[in-house]
Amino acid sequence: MNEKKILTTPVNAEDIAGFKAGDIFYLNGYIVTCRDVAHRRLVEEKRPLPVDIRNGAIYHAGPIIRPLGNDKFEMVSIGATTSMRMEKFEYEFVKQTGVRILVGKGGMGEGTRKACMEFKALHVVYPAGCAVCAATQVEEIEQAEWRDLGMPETLWVCRIKEFGPLVVSIDTYGNNLFEQNKVIFNQRKEEVYSDIARQVSFIK
Amino acid sequence: MDKEKSTKELTDIIARFVSLVGKKLPDDVWAKLNELRSLETDPLPKTVYDTMFKNQELAFELDRPSCQDTGVLQFLVKCGDSFPLLGRMEQILTEAVIRSTRDAPLRHNSVETFDEYNTGKNVGKGTPTLFWEIVPDSDALELDVYMAGGGCTLPGKAMVLMPGEGYEGVVRFVLDVMTSYGLNACPPLLVGVGVATSVETAALLSKKALFRPLGSHNPNERAAKLEKLLEDGINKIGLGPQGFSGKKSVMGVHVENTARHPSTIGVAVNTGCWSHRHGNILFKGDLSYTVMSHKGVVL
Repeated sequence: MNEKKILTTPVNAEDIAGFKAGDIFYLNGYIVTCRDVAHRRLVEEKRPLPVDIRNGAIYHAGPIIRPLGNDKFEMVSIGATTSMRMEKFEYEFVKQTGVRILVGKGGMGEGTRKACMEFKALHVVYPAGCAVCAATQVEEIEQAEWRDLGMPETLWVCRIKEFGPLVVSIDTYGNNLFEQNKVIFNQRKEEVYSDIARQVSFIK
Repeated sequence: MDKEKSTKELTDIIARFVSLVGKKLPDDVWAKLNELRSLETDPLPKTVYDTMFKNQELAFELDRPSCQDTGVLQFLVKCGDSFPLLGRMEQILTEAVIRSTRDAPLRHNSVETFDEYNTGKNVGKGTPTLFWEIVPDSDALELDVYMAGGGCTLPGKAMVLMPGEGYEGVVRFVLDVMTSYGLNACPPLLVGVGVATSVETAALLSKKALFRPLGSHNPNERAAKLEKLLEDGINKIGLGPQGFSGKKSVMGVHVENTARHPSTIGVAVNTGCWSHRHGNILFKGDLSYTVMSHKGVVL
């Protein structure tokens, strides 16, 4: 790894064209938390998102927030949640919103891979279990929408500074890091199984 | 000591210990992660480990839970038959969780089933979970505290094999979990395996296996051999930190076992994530205590 690659929102298709699955970058600008119910509202209930995220970034996360009074909030802890839960909505979500960067945990599926190719977007992973790290990279929560959804599901609009590391899991060329890894892991597993099975014939 | 006073004292100590477990990893896990980190050479796994370590340092410095998912609280209560507060342990542990949830703070992770609402207190019907062991001729208490997060609880699986499937079947069962749900459970994992007579006996053992100190071995020679074979084998799969691929996959594999019915082999797997928030504390009958898992900390 040479120097830190940093992207700043708004991000256009050209900005992300150079990124391949497995690459690492950091993000400046804005990210909006957006998870299960927000996806459902947009895609199934056909309610437009109250925040414009075209060329922006969303974070599959349900944070712990401390209210500071006067409609100000402090980010205490913000770890990525399992992205796969949003898979069922993500193709339509990316198509409708024009979002460019999806941040989450673990891999996503075929719908998201297709969306990333067609509409030029990236799915990236923030290392899981690193919620305090991520919280300290949020400079300020500038806006909070759909607050009726409660703390984890509210759309928190966060101004961020060198947010990351973000590992590209799905790029714009149809590569899906976790799916590719799974193929390799399963091959190795078969070799490991044969090797161990020979040594555990305890029932004779 | 007056029973009400000692109840309050024990509750206070355990509440503070629970909060600590959410903020600082135990010594054995920290040492193991250091070892695994030092083996990685590629930029991707190295960067991921760097972030994990930075996160733990920040969590301690800022006095915050290190992961937003502080889990469902589970306790292994190894209680002496003459420990003065034996009969009050459920009440004490429940109250300690409520207090730690407010003070740490911990996430509200208790949803009543069927009624489907979050109790907002992090406790509910049957949570925290208590696993009991009564120790004869003792007035002491040994407590294991565990935060069972959603991600690492999800791979949990148990089934009953036919003896014809043998220990080969046990190996297949464990390996299949590793490359499916295990990938998303935040490796490097601690893998608990129960080999017993039925689903529930195997399942309970697979959870208790996660409470054993890293580096410990099953006293049975063959079971210990299976631990080693599985650890080396799963490491060869190379899940790496968070499943991004890397040199290793696990912090350890612990097998716990009982006798079985001649016609069955009960087998179960439980996983702990890299952020294995486990603590072990010993109390004497007078409530003086020693924290075994986190040396040198003051509660």
